[in-house]
Amino acid sequence: MLKLTDISAGYGAFQALWGINLEVKTGEAVAVVGPNGAGKTTLLRVISGQIAPISGQIIFEERNLKDLAPHQFVEEGIAHCPENRRLFPKLTVEENLKMGAFIPSARNDYANRLIWVYQLFPQMLERRHQLAGTLSGGEQQMVAIGRALMSKPKLLLLDEPSAGLAPVIVMHVFDLVRRIREEGFTVLIVEQNIQQVLELVDRAYLLEVGTVKLDGTAEELKNNEFLRQAYMGL
Amino acid sequence: MKRYLLIAAAVSILALLPLFLVPVYYLHLLILVLIWSFIGTSWSLMGKFGIVSLGHGAFLGIGVYATTVLWNFQGLTPWIGIPIGIALALLLALLIGYPAFRFRVVGHYFALITLALGEVVRLSIIAARNITGGSLGMTPDRVQPPTDVSWYALQFSDKRYFYVIALLCWLGALLIWRWVNRSMTRPALEAISEDEVAAASMGIHVTSHKLRITLLSAGMTALGGILLGLYNQYLNPSSLSGISISLEIVFLSIVGGMYSMLGPTIGAIITIVFRESLRTYFGVSLAGMSESIYGLLLIVSIIFMPRGIYGAVETWLKREPPPSTSAGADPDPDPSS
Amino acid sequence: MALFDFFLLEAIINGILFGGVLALLALGLNLVFGVVDVIWIAYAELVMSGMYIIYTLHITWGWPLLLAAPMAIVGVGLMGLVVHRLIIAPILDTPPINQLLATGGLLFFLQNFATLIFGADFRNIGLSLPILQIFELYISFSRLLSFGAAVLGMIGLYLFLSRTYIGTAIRAVAQDREIMSLMGVNTKKVYLITSALAGAMAGLAAILLVLQQDVHPFIGFSFGPITFMICVMGGLGNLIGGFFAAFIISQIISIGSFYGSTELSYVIAFVLFIIVMFIRPQGIFKRNT
Repeated sequence: MLKLTDISAGYGAFQALWGINLEVKTGEAVAVVGPNGAGKTTLLRVISGQIAPISGQIIFEERNLKDLAPHQFVEEGIAHCPENRRLFPKLTVEENLKMGAFIPSARNDYANRLIWVYQLFPQMLERRHQLAGTLSGGEQQMVAIGRALMSKPKLLLLDEPSAGLAPVIVMHVFDLVRRIREEGFTVLIVEQNIQQVLELVDRAYLLEVGTVKLDGTAEELKNNEFLRQAYMGL
Repeated sequence: MKRYLLIAAAVSILALLPLFLVPVYYLHLLILVLIWSFIGTSWSLMGKFGIVSLGHGAFLGIGVYATTVLWNFQGLTPWIGIPIGIALALLLALLIGYPAFRFRVVGHYFALITLALGEVVRLSIIAARNITGGSLGMTPDRVQPPTDVSWYALQFSDKRYFYVIALLCWLGALLIWRWVNRSMTRPALEAISEDEVAAASMGIHVTSHKLRITLLSAGMTALGGILLGLYNQYLNPSSLSGISISLEIVFLSIVGGMYSMLGPTIGAIITIVFRESLRTYFGVSLAGMSESIYGLLLIVSIIFMPRGIYGAVETWLKREPPPSTSAGADPDPDPSS
Repeated sequence: MALFDFFLLEAIINGILFGGVLALLALGLNLVFGVVDVIWIAYAELVMSGMYIIYTLHITWGWPLLLAAPMAIVGVGLMGLVVHRLIIAPILDTPPINQLLATGGLLFFLQNFATLIFGADFRNIGLSLPILQIFELYISFSRLLSFGAAVLGMIGLYLFLSRTYIGTAIRAVAQDREIMSLMGVNTKKVYLITSALAGAMAGLAAILLVLQQDVHPFIGFSFGPITFMICVMGGLGNLIGGFFAAFIISQIISIGSFYGSTELSYVIAFVLFIIVMFIRPQGIFKRNT
């Protein structure tokens, strides 16, 4: 579904990614893990078109996304749920979801998708007219994921959905991600919470200073000595 | 050494100019150019450090009105009136500047506050119509008994006196510009215009630096206004204070180039020569023509030459790595922040 | 002393009516600031252009007023679009003060271009609407009419911003412009639409003003600065705050003029503005788009 070949990217003079190769197949859940500053967020931003790579190719569903403007990536079927959730704090929950359904194809089906997202996250229904800024962190994360789902993406990018949440809430958020998987979505998730995310995904990549250090199935990585020692403290 | 000779030669040519030529009308233009260059240079002292004032008309107006009112009603010679006028402008600058810099009112907000200040002064002058003549303006009383040359009242029927005075003031402004540019405060202010918080954390006293440069600029601008009043022998609230004149000061500095010592001067030359020549050749039938073009020129220059005409020419001349010219490179190409 | 001062009451009512127009003016300016993050210093001059559009169509070309007036909305709306496309968009990534100054150049251009075409004379559309008498109160019908239209305009804008996709997107951009492309929203397009909308608001304001006042090239100076003050006091980009600030300022001016002089009441308003800026730089009302 998604294939990155030799991607390098950065901000101005600062280069964050060096020759990344990565693949996500239809129906898979893939994690990108690694320490702070490894380039994980940059990688997601490249995939969703927020920054253009310096070199390399992004092929999505057999199409090269090179010449698309950032806002056109959503219509291709890539939804990006950004770091820190980034809800519109002064819009209501429902208006936030409405923004997620901005693209024409989603707009035409808005009413149905709204019902569907509310079924997925029933708590949201009670809070639909509340301003997003007044929600708790966990609730905000749900809205953020719901907002990304409103475009019915082929590929859902999640950037640290567990960041800043209490451990109980983190479990809950991971449950949500699991349910989204069961709905048949392809998910690419960035996490620092390596142990937990490996329980969730099929495969994972370990990023270190802008390069892929390791990759393999979740099982393989769970048993990898280096990963266990360096990142899981085992 | 050679440079100083060159400068000395240029200055003496300028100084001796009125002895030889020049039809009165051209002398008139030269005087206007010098006074407006003086005012523009004063503004750019602040502007180049990112302190954009849209209310310099306030300082212009308060100085000249104070001086003239004192002369007309108290018979106080401008020699005393001028310091009082400047002092009032400084006070006003302090009243606005201190809280503004203290509370970190920057960018848009500072611009709008100063814009309001300009309006306050303009409207106050109009409101005090009993002594200022309101929006009709006022004329300084002729010195009694009438003479052609009165140093006491600073009234001269011969324009050459004003020429020399304006020339001296302008040269003074350039020296001040250079001094500010070279003195200790420069790196500090540059740091401030880049990033105020960072500058403060480097131990630079942001408020006091900004305040000093603002006081300097306001005082000089007040003197510029007084020069205009004395030279024209006519005062009008909307041509000496308020939004319109404040914007003109800003624009001549920007078009000329506020990051260069001679930028505002170039701006004044362009503005005045342009306006006057259109006025001369086309008469009043095309009133508004020169300013319309001027407005367009402004937009274009802000979009394409943010460093102004002088800055653009300078950059173009220095495409090769620059030798060590005056006090090193200017701040980066973007005006202010 | 009378229990009830009719003249004061009249001043207060006129203040409210004036406030409606100011609120409308502030609304357009605020919209651009909140969304595009730019101050159109030439906003009042766009209104002036709208007044001349009506004048030209109605008086010079003889169009009926009911046809000429809406053209101001269309015309100035287009101007708003052009201003953004030609002046703001190219320098959107440079320091904000550049955009303010570039529209300052536009201010000069519009004022003087109007002088070039129409001369500096005061012109009016020759419409005299009756004065209403309610008990002992005299209220100008044109003011009442423009107040009503201002309120309608504001309601219309409110509905647009709260009910439509693009309206919601406009509000969203004001809150977090960077992630709009993740929603599939082309921010540049939102900016253009917002600018056109703000222009249209200026056009509507032009209709209201041309009913009450003569137009001349420098009329912008009479209400432009006060409009900026209102926006800032209400919290730049805060539509509701601007709305209330408009009524506060218009009351100060109206009652101040009643007791003292018009100039002094403006001075009071500006000084109040400056003081508010020092105490609460974010405006009296918290930003809430």
